[in-house]
Amino acid sequence: MTSWGRVACEAQAVARPRWPDELADLVHGKAAAGEAGLLAAGLGRSYGDSGLNPGGGLIAMGRLDRIHAFDPMIGVLRADAGLSLDTLMQVAVPHGWFPAVVPGTRFVTLGGAIANDVHGKNHHRAGTFGRHVRRLGLLRSDGTTYELTPDDSSGLFAATVGGLGLTGVIAWAEVQLTRVRGAYLDAEDLAFHRLDDFFALVAESDRTYAHTVAWIDCTASGSALGRGIFSRANPADDNRFTPAPRSKISLPVDLPPGLLNSLTLRAFNGAYFALKSQRRGARHTHYAPFFFPLDAIGQWNRLYGRRGFYQYQCVVPPSVAREAVAELLLQIVRSGQGSFLAVLKTFGALKSPGLLSFPAEGTTLALDFRNAGACTLALMERLDRIVAEAGGRLYPAKDGRIGAAMFAAGYPRLGEFVRHRDPGLSSAFWRRVAP
Amino acid sequence: MKDGLVLILGATSAIAEATARLYAKDGASLALVGRDPSRLAAVAADLRARGAAQVETHEADLAARPAPARDLADWVAGRPAQAILLLYGTLGDQARAETDIDYAREVLAVNFVSAAEWCLVAAGLLEAQGSGALVVVGSVAGDRGRQSNYVYGAAKAGLGVLVQGLAHRLSLRRSGARAVLVKPGFVDTPMTDHLPKGGPLWSKPETVAEAVRAAASSGGPVRYAPGWWRLVMLAIRLAPASMFHRRPL
Repeated sequence: MTSWGRVACEAQAVARPRWPDELADLVHGKAAAGEAGLLAAGLGRSYGDSGLNPGGGLIAMGRLDRIHAFDPMIGVLRADAGLSLDTLMQVAVPHGWFPAVVPGTRFVTLGGAIANDVHGKNHHRAGTFGRHVRRLGLLRSDGTTYELTPDDSSGLFAATVGGLGLTGVIAWAEVQLTRVRGAYLDAEDLAFHRLDDFFALVAESDRTYAHTVAWIDCTASGSALGRGIFSRANPADDNRFTPAPRSKISLPVDLPPGLLNSLTLRAFNGAYFALKSQRRGARHTHYAPFFFPLDAIGQWNRLYGRRGFYQYQCVVPPSVAREAVAELLLQIVRSGQGSFLAVLKTFGALKSPGLLSFPAEGTTLALDFRNAGACTLALMERLDRIVAEAGGRLYPAKDGRIGAAMFAAGYPRLGEFVRHRDPGLSSAFWRRVAP
Repeated sequence: MKDGLVLILGATSAIAEATARLYAKDGASLALVGRDPSRLAAVAADLRARGAAQVETHEADLAARPAPARDLADWVAGRPAQAILLLYGTLGDQARAETDIDYAREVLAVNFVSAAEWCLVAAGLLEAQGSGALVVVGSVAGDRGRQSNYVYGAAKAGLGVLVQGLAHRLSLRRSGARAVLVKPGFVDTPMTDHLPKGGPLWSKPETVAEAVRAAASSGGPVRYAPGWWRLVMLAIRLAPASMFHRRPL
């Protein structure tokens, strides 16, 4: 079993239930299953080790993907936690409904989207995925079953949203979808030449555009530091409701690890910036290439070769965002490491519902680092220090290495969360960061 | 016939559910038959959400029904049927079947005797109707006896010959109805979860479902799923016993 980043890769027992009663049998009565316990797993898109449970058991949720009910009048859908957002959209888009929030890949499960309280390009409008969960079913290892709603006073709902699968196994969920007038968006790309211009574009766009995101050239230095392409979009009034087609292209083999080095990265980033700056302007686009550009290539994680890669995603508060992001980029440029896909995005003020939800008001930077061993880890530790000093935090779904202190510093409600944790469930991530 | 009823015998199997989803997406009407009412209900709700015009469920243990002709007539209830799909089976435990003869009889009864009865009745119904397809799931295990699964394989081989005969009969009489045997190779379903998986020989239930769906609308009396199994099994059937018997296949 491997995570998406492929650095963490561990053997573990995997159960693959197909029916709700089989799932309940697996979870109930597992309180004494040993320290490693169980963990529910979705489509394996978490990059680090939050979806792995070496020494313990995994419950692969993919076969539990049945829709219980979908009401196309009000856009409420209830389904097993193993349903993928891809399938959800195949069903809902033709009726004019779309998930209120989608992450950068549609190959995640409903349960995974809740357990990581994922965010999307519309965070400034819609907040996190968890804000649109109306109800969920939770199985705990002590044999209990809960039906939780956002107004739950026990705190278990808040602990479960963004709770990394550690408060129980999410069996099913009911979500409120959002109305769309078609499967298309009116998007616009704008080049910016320095970091300040990014913040100016955010200020200008967040009130008038539903979706905003920026690609950053993480190899540009000096006066070009922080240059990139800003994309913003609004849903189009298009009346064509075709869901995304299945991708036909897939990377069949691992690329040689030396292919992505500082030279090729600089060349790629420079060329991409030049190309996109030339082609800037308005475009009418289907939701798939806009929201899920990487889904077009199956198993793109093989780009980084056999040793895999790390993803780094942090958020820093608005008051210090400019300085902190500049400093982060400077460290990355100097290191010569970095990726072809670095993303910068501003989170809005809407509160995340989970005790351990990652998104908070501020600016988030996400990028990949090919696993080049000690120098990659050293770079990320330098970035950690900048994030910590800025009062920011890292995203557990992307992390495979931070320690308990860094985690605790970023998540002040960790103590509250621990009280709701199910002792029969665990993960490699949790054993590393548990207080 | 594109709009008629799709009747699925053994509707809670992984291949059956994947096939039903393909029909649901096109807005078909489905009648599901299986043993467990709560599982049938879960499948039915999902198919409705995925676009099925109508889904009904019938609780029945298909391996133990005394009057299949009456059952089938009840389930179809006079409606035109576009397809009757027989998609159940049990792999069984080969080692146990070698010494526990009651158990071997059970494996043969489920996979061959009961399935053959339903096939005969279904073919009669479709022949009388003058249209529609009977699609039956067989197995590549029925193509050559192997020490690891020959009791199951023998049942599937017998079922294959029966369906072949039905296809011949329906064609010769120009009835307008068809019968097809779909032979999957290794499929990643709960039935095979005890085997080591992965590698190019393994298919998803969705792939077999596509073959079942395609078989119901056109093609010859035997369809391998995926199609390249036809070549693999040709080679396996042609391999001389002197070579074949030295390997623990």
